[in-house]
Amino acid sequence: MNLDFSDDQKFLQDEARKFFDKEGGLTNTRKVMDESLSHDEALWGKVLELGWTGIRIPEEYDGLGLGHLELCVIAEEIGRALAPIPFSSSVYLFTETIIKYGSEEIKKNVLPKLVTGEIVGTYAVAEDMSAITESTLSCAVEGDSVTGAKIAVPDAELATHAVVLVKGTKGPELRLVDLNSDGVEISLQKNLDKSRSFYKVAFNNAQSSLLGDQGSGWESHVHIMDQAAVLFAFEQVGGSQQALDMAKEYAMERYAFGRQIGSYQAIKHKLADMYVAVTLAKSNCYYGAWALSSESSELPLAAATSRVSATKAFQLCAKENIQTHGGNGFTWEYDCHLFYKRSKVLSLNLGSEASWKEKLVSAMEKTNTLN
Amino acid sequence: MDFNDTPDQAKFRAKCKEWLDSNAKLKDAGKRLNVESNLEELIAKAKVWQKKKYDAGWAMLHWPKEYGGINATPIERIIWGQEESKYDVPGSIFEIGLGMCGPVMMQYASEEQKERYLPPMAEGKEIWCQLFSEPSAGSDVAGLRSKAVKDGDEWVINGQKVWTSGAHYSDYGILVVRHDPDLEKHKGLTFFFVDMKSPGITVKPIKQITGTAGSGAGFNEVYFDDVRIPDSQRLGEIGDGWKVAITTLMNERLAVGDAKGADVNEALSLAKDKDDFGQLMIKNQAVRDKLADWFCEANGLKYTKFRTMSALSKGEAPGPEASITKIVSANKLQAIGNFGIDSGDMAGMLIDEEDGMSSFQAAWLGAPGLRIAGGTDEILKNIIAERVLGLPQDPRADKGLPFKDIPSGK
Repeated sequence: MNLDFSDDQKFLQDEARKFFDKEGGLTNTRKVMDESLSHDEALWGKVLELGWTGIRIPEEYDGLGLGHLELCVIAEEIGRALAPIPFSSSVYLFTETIIKYGSEEIKKNVLPKLVTGEIVGTYAVAEDMSAITESTLSCAVEGDSVTGAKIAVPDAELATHAVVLVKGTKGPELRLVDLNSDGVEISLQKNLDKSRSFYKVAFNNAQSSLLGDQGSGWESHVHIMDQAAVLFAFEQVGGSQQALDMAKEYAMERYAFGRQIGSYQAIKHKLADMYVAVTLAKSNCYYGAWALSSESSELPLAAATSRVSATKAFQLCAKENIQTHGGNGFTWEYDCHLFYKRSKVLSLNLGSEASWKEKLVSAMEKTNTLN
Repeated sequence: MDFNDTPDQAKFRAKCKEWLDSNAKLKDAGKRLNVESNLEELIAKAKVWQKKKYDAGWAMLHWPKEYGGINATPIERIIWGQEESKYDVPGSIFEIGLGMCGPVMMQYASEEQKERYLPPMAEGKEIWCQLFSEPSAGSDVAGLRSKAVKDGDEWVINGQKVWTSGAHYSDYGILVVRHDPDLEKHKGLTFFFVDMKSPGITVKPIKQITGTAGSGAGFNEVYFDDVRIPDSQRLGEIGDGWKVAITTLMNERLAVGDAKGADVNEALSLAKDKDDFGQLMIKNQAVRDKLADWFCEANGLKYTKFRTMSALSKGEAPGPEASITKIVSANKLQAIGNFGIDSGDMAGMLIDEEDGMSSFQAAWLGAPGLRIAGGTDEILKNIIAERVLGLPQDPRADKGLPFKDIPSGK
């Protein structure tokens, strides 16, 4: 039995934690928020220097050629630091799609540039305020021209390219679009978490290349979502753990009625509930990491379980962290709101908790023996 | 990351399997097993199986070699448990003895006593129980009031213990009592072992909310009425009772793990089979939402256990993650039981004339006990908050006071 990361992976995680701390931690998140930036340029530059965008890119395309587990440990630290960088869009979603579904030519052109940062990618799905389905998909491709609009696309301003989920003649397709090409219009959309940026991307006969096969685009999309769900879940676990740590620290420092508020059972039990949620989420994520890294057929079940569990944990820890901080927790000055807002955005990025619960139960129905 | 045994563990597992194969039958899937309504029959079968294991060296793996164990590592104990549970063998009535009483005896009893008591305990000839909780001392077990008064070379015990598993068939018990109410709460306690057949001991089964005294290892009240215990049966110094008790309590809190009974699989099967509101329950969004939550909890506990095992497997001390198990599983059991009952709508409360209670009804009725036994939800949350997260203890109204001056209600 070895449901644990290797010493090398733990070392990498430790290095990642030190790196984000050293580079300023939450001050970067605040800077992006306060100055209405799309991301932290300096931090992103250093992440590129470390080669992390190429963790999963094979060495023949100038990447590090490592596995998904390395990505999981980095994701947890990004989540803990609320790092304001386009890592999830470009790495978990865009890069993974190119690795899995790009033609040899596309891989040759795109992957090495993802390592250097010349190319930054994103992934465009949503079209309106509801969960997208195969039949509601309206953004369409004719020949290689994409027309239609996507909303809530993360990091689209910085991104040079996007994977776009579109309706083709034989069903949904994944299409690679150069965002600097003709017929692409990008506009910023306001959102709840100002440390992350989301955009409307309108396509008007924009040129594109097919990723994967025509007609199996929906399955490809679902697979990419499942993979990313595990990685997003690790970010959520990192964020939950940090919110719990903050609440714990404050409960030790803050006095009321002549004693530390952490000595009241009302606070202790709240924090114990947070610990339970984080522990369940973390264990589910380890299962997700195993399924992801071993390319198990259990991935749909494992991904949805990690995702739902981590979404619940982060939302619980983020809101109860504010509650533990009392009035201070509601001020801009204290960091609690950064976690509250990120927990909400992360819970929606790949589809809401409800949509992942639906995937989870569908996977349960298909599995004959659970546990 | 994988779920495989190391080569050593695989070898050990193969050894377990080999012995079990030639001494027991695999469980028959689908058949209900070990439902012995007759207590004597249950005990007799359990004793035969324990003796068989003892003779072959499988009875008390974790005990040191000098007491007949093999000093098994925690992961080896888990492997044995995993393998044994696949076979149709009697449930153990020796766990309290082997897990709690034995180790205490090893540490505190005299050489002659160890020679006299440990082998029959291991062999299953003599059954042991643990006498700690009292009517006025549950979560605050150190607040116990049963009295021990020294009389020559003997102690005279008066008082009442409660929630004692298996007291009605036990031969011996470990006992903590108050020898001096003028001392502070934790300082006035002393620890003994006692012959359960001693004059003055009365055992009364507790009728639980299930209407029965529980299955097999049911709970009891144990009354002590001028029971005399020789001073030679004192374990530890006079006044060291709490120190001796605390190690066995910690073992208990870890041992009371996953709540058995109706689980998410059963809830899923029910939802797939049964109509409600004119359609299969599984099509109902509210039902799906609950199934997702329970699966996340069940799966989270499963892989939490795997993480603990992974640490043990590497010879590392496991993290505190296992502390969540009972809180999560007992509450989940209660919720799933409730769900199953409610699926019967107006008639959900009815008990089948032939089959008796459904597993959902049994889960719902038994779950309140599981949320209390071996540490209530609230005590376990305190433990997580204080020992895992490092939060301060609550201020205590009993600190520094002689026991007799501590405020007490009913």
